[in-house]
Amino acid sequence: MATTPKRKRGTTRADNQASSDDLLKYYREMLLIRRFEEKAGQLYGMGLIGGFCHLYIGQEAVVVGMQAAASDEDGVITSYRDHGHMLATGMDPAGVMAELTGREGGYSRGKGGSMHMFSKEKNFYGGHGIVGAQVPLGTGIAFNYKYRGENRVCMTYLGDGAVNQGQVYEAFNMAALWELPVIYCIENNQYAMGTSTKRHSSSPDLYERGKAYGIPGEQVDGMDVLAVKAAGERAVEHCRSGKGPYILELKTYRYRGHSMSDPAKYRTKDELDKMRKEHDPIDMVKKLLIDGNIVDEAGLKDIDKEVKAEVAKAAEFAQNSPEPDVSELFTDILIDA
Amino acid sequence: MPIEVLMPALSPTMTEGTLAKWNVKEGDTVASGDVIAEIETDKATMEVEAVDEGTIGKLVIDAGTENVAVNQVIAYILEEDEDASALDNVSASSEPKKNAEPAKEDDSSKEESSDKAPASASSNAAPVSASGAIERSEAEPRAMSVMNSTQDEKTYTSFKTQTVREALRDAMAEEMRTDENVFVMGEEVAQYEGAYKVTQGLLDEFGDKRVIDTPITEHGFTGLATGSAFMGLKPVLEFMTFNFAMQAIDQIINSAAKTLYMSGGQLGCPIVFRGPNGAASRVGAQHSQCYASWYAHCPGLKVVAPWSAADAKGLLKAAIRDPNPIVFLENEIMYGQSFEVPDDEDFVLPIGQAKIEREGTDVTIVAFSIMVGKALKAAEQLAEQGISAEVINLRTIRPLDVNTIVRSVMKTNRLVTVEEGWHFSGIGAEIASVAMEHAFDYLDAPVARVTGEDVPMPYAANLEKLALAQDSHIVAAAKAVCYR
Repeated sequence: MATTPKRKRGTTRADNQASSDDLLKYYREMLLIRRFEEKAGQLYGMGLIGGFCHLYIGQEAVVVGMQAAASDEDGVITSYRDHGHMLATGMDPAGVMAELTGREGGYSRGKGGSMHMFSKEKNFYGGHGIVGAQVPLGTGIAFNYKYRGENRVCMTYLGDGAVNQGQVYEAFNMAALWELPVIYCIENNQYAMGTSTKRHSSSPDLYERGKAYGIPGEQVDGMDVLAVKAAGERAVEHCRSGKGPYILELKTYRYRGHSMSDPAKYRTKDELDKMRKEHDPIDMVKKLLIDGNIVDEAGLKDIDKEVKAEVAKAAEFAQNSPEPDVSELFTDILIDA
Repeated sequence: MPIEVLMPALSPTMTEGTLAKWNVKEGDTVASGDVIAEIETDKATMEVEAVDEGTIGKLVIDAGTENVAVNQVIAYILEEDEDASALDNVSASSEPKKNAEPAKEDDSSKEESSDKAPASASSNAAPVSASGAIERSEAEPRAMSVMNSTQDEKTYTSFKTQTVREALRDAMAEEMRTDENVFVMGEEVAQYEGAYKVTQGLLDEFGDKRVIDTPITEHGFTGLATGSAFMGLKPVLEFMTFNFAMQAIDQIINSAAKTLYMSGGQLGCPIVFRGPNGAASRVGAQHSQCYASWYAHCPGLKVVAPWSAADAKGLLKAAIRDPNPIVFLENEIMYGQSFEVPDDEDFVLPIGQAKIEREGTDVTIVAFSIMVGKALKAAEQLAEQGISAEVINLRTIRPLDVNTIVRSVMKTNRLVTVEEGWHFSGIGAEIASVAMEHAFDYLDAPVARVTGEDVPMPYAANLEKLALAQDSHIVAAAKAVCYR
């Protein structure tokens, strides 16, 4: 391994100026995720969504910023807090919501649920329910890109809880050894379910977790979509130029509990309120849009209405789509040889 | 129409709760995400957030009210262009709202196990008719076994003598020559040419892009290879022994075997997990275990266990071509044994088809892997004692060739199963069930199982021999079911 770790102390902030169109796009994409997740929470409350449901509210800037840095050809894989990633890769909100309600119109025809959705078309490879398991899988997707000589990158997301799984380091080692084009995006929302980073990690700087393997890492303000995008671009460039893997630690925050049944008693209300009031990723872009005279309040309201209508349509589809045919019980177990 | 705020469920099992506190009053303006109330269940207190923006028009349920049913209207939010008069038309019903498509939640909340009933139904011969459960008819396919008619195996005229080791190597080399997507990965597979020399010559012929030495990192490289298979590559992943694959069993089952189903058929996983399985010789408890029943338990996997060199070659070629994840269980002791292998580049064996290695009329002996040889030896000894044994080499454990087993039992009326692994939930238990389900009236004696002893494998030579099933055990079991 010839690469020297390029570690950056402290938090990287955006230094590039995004175009007006870009800002509007990020605003819309983040808002879509937030409204979608709020609706999902509501449908869960109504008993229309069952089982586990992990909402992405608060973390929107991470996936939207990373997707802004990636190309459509790049792969995305993540764990079970995956609705935001699906929307950010351009998957249809109606198909995602219908999977949440376990209906025929869902991406997995109702057989996967919240944690298990995929879209080959959008290069989204799940949706994995075992903490950390997606990390070797994403590394394998990157292996495939290299094997085929394709200049593509696999965005492999993991949480601050997953960084303590052994297989993550097995993957880091192979990715570095074989110079695979994979970006490990550590979404550090500061709580592994209910255990804070301080209580679960001997070293709190998660971007340094690749140090032993010579993998460069950066810590990024994950509430700032422009900072995420800028860091994402550096990481993508590193991978595309054949230098192997890259680690981004995206400091973020989830507003809701770990899953729907988590009252989040392990953190203070003040902590949450402060985040929402001072570091909300959507408010930040909203301010840039208003201050830069890119759009006025009425313009924003129009976007809000469009997004709301799109989510309402998705929710309606998800409730009206029929349950999968009973014959689906026995399909997709094996492919006919 | 004012927006209804409904009593939310915090979990799929919650049916009612206490509305502990309102954080808003009528007339307050709210935005999406604002906490408007707190509700309590026996487990937790949770905040209710507004999903829509507007003005609180009416609080229908007072703070402190207990036993508020899920989905009951607890408040109305007026939209931007509405005033209080909009509330005149709403009837504050105390009935919980019905969901647009109830999706049978009512049943499942009352009877928590009802949605699990189809999965736990133990037999396709007995349809389940419990409420809410799907009736499973006899005609319903059962992925773990095949009942289609057995095809006649193609006959070959030219043969060559090969060891199992060489046959496996040739199978990989031939498939790698025809398909660029096939690659071999594992510990010591390249430069060392395999811990058991199974991958001899592959690095020379195919180079290090396609014959890849991994670090000792089973969990990681199994996940990596599985991820590459999602993308259409065809990894042949060697475990130095299947004992080490236990480190990786989560990736094999949760990722490789289940993703096709979870993705509604979008992501297949054409991968072969291969390596020696079961006991070798004097390697102790952690290196001497049969995993056949572990993997055969799981839908989404095929499990293959060759005995002869011809099995090894024909089945490994089929496994590499198969679009599904395959667990390919070899046996170290068999690697050096020689057999006749068809000398034909098109030679391949169908997965899911057993082979009758020796025909007989008095008792059926079903075995797989190294135990086939022991069963054939036992059949010789039985013949000397006037008992004609039919020996079936399963070749594939899952899907199980039920047809061949059942037809044989119908002929012999007696069945002995043989495996190296432990008896509890073993392959023999499954085969005994199959015989009971499909040939109950033909059985003239209870099915006998010959298995390894129910102990971790001991190291001492004498104890190890005692722990393993021997031909003498098979002879004794066959005689017992023949009442001889």
